[in-house]
Amino acid sequence: MHEIRYSAPHSLDDALGLLAADDARVLAGGTDLLIQLRAGLNPARHLVDVKRIAELATLSFDDGGALHLGAAVPCWRLADDERVRHVFPGLAEATALIGSTQIQSRATIAGNLCNGSPAADTTPALVALGAVCVVQGPGGRRDVPVQQFVVAPGRTVLARGELLVELRIPAPAARSSDAYQRFIPRNEMDIAVVGVGASVTLDAARCSAARVALGAVGPTVIVADAAARALVGSALDDAALARAAEAAMAAAQPISDMRAPADYRREITGVLVRRVVAEAARRAQRGA
Amino acid sequence: MAKTHVTLNLNGESAEVLCEPRQTLLEVLRDELDLTGTKEGCATGDCGACSVLLDGRVVCACLVLAVEAEGRTLTTVEGLADGDELHPLQKAFLEHAALQCGICTPGFLVAAKALLDRNPEPSEHEVRYELAGNLCRCTGYDKIVRAVLAAAADMRGTAPRGN
Repeated sequence: MHEIRYSAPHSLDDALGLLAADDARVLAGGTDLLIQLRAGLNPARHLVDVKRIAELATLSFDDGGALHLGAAVPCWRLADDERVRHVFPGLAEATALIGSTQIQSRATIAGNLCNGSPAADTTPALVALGAVCVVQGPGGRRDVPVQQFVVAPGRTVLARGELLVELRIPAPAARSSDAYQRFIPRNEMDIAVVGVGASVTLDAARCSAARVALGAVGPTVIVADAAARALVGSALDDAALARAAEAAMAAAQPISDMRAPADYRREITGVLVRRVVAEAARRAQRGA
Repeated sequence: MAKTHVTLNLNGESAEVLCEPRQTLLEVLRDELDLTGTKEGCATGDCGACSVLLDGRVVCACLVLAVEAEGRTLTTVEGLADGDELHPLQKAFLEHAALQCGICTPGFLVAAKALLDRNPEPSEHEVRYELAGNLCRCTGYDKIVRAVLAAAADMRGTAPRGN
């Protein structure tokens, strides 16, 4: 690894000051960054460790029930949190899928998003929940919906000197729940061939709101609005799930690569949409 | 390059080390502190051979900068035994012949300790799942899993748990 400087500021202002430099990069979990640095793939000369900034290291629910997930909170804290598992089970299960126990100890959900991988497991789960990125920079604070944060593989909306401070996940409506599943050809520790996140809200026996997000079938996460429309107003019966699956397969833009051919990815997208929506509906029914 | 002074709690004792910011915790453990029990396998966070406990959580030392350990508590495989008395996991690995070449063993011991600290009565499935970040190319894993289950039972004072 080339020579680097290292800073571990305790305040957000100090971090933003350091990040104004061209060669500065944020160090959170480091599970991608340190590998890139060692491989000579990252030009950073100054690492700004954000884990000692209290605001970024905090996971909390506000009085309105929204979850504020600090950008430096490692995966295990979210996946192990009882309230998160109850309120946002899909986000918790997406988070628990990332890497090994060792990686879970370090890697962050915010880092997973900033890395900009089309196959990031937590991104469809966040999009299904309507999560928002809170970004701070020299120009102040702005909110960016998660589905707009990654603009191309490996590229985000962050301008120089900007920092992802937290992910804000709105409180779910009554009788809502979410789910996330991915397909991989082994049991764990792999990268998604397809990942699907969904949230549904029930009103009596009908679905009154839904969001469906597709991962690993496009350059960035795909919000399958047509799939959601196929669900709203239905009883989430087999016919409605089939229509949503068809709509999601039409919205997918898969490529063929070493993990799977495009046709296969499209087929699996439909399978997962049916399973994930059904699971979210089961959870909403029993008040998960 | 200017070196940074890092103070940490290492295996129960205060330790100080001078290191460059670019040095990983793994490099500093092995090359500066002469704690060579922690092994380098892949150096990309895939194999778990360099597993250590940072504030009680199992991490790959190859994916941590040594400077990040400032003020933290670190446990390596050298910190498992109590003087000459091996940790129950170490005894179980010997009794169950849960190693062949031995390169992965320190990482498995540390990761298994992290597992048993959190879950004293894991199922076989839980052991296999939690230790999936540790690769072994010799044993086929079965003896390692049996050893961890036996150590857990030993530490609880009961018979090993089935599935």
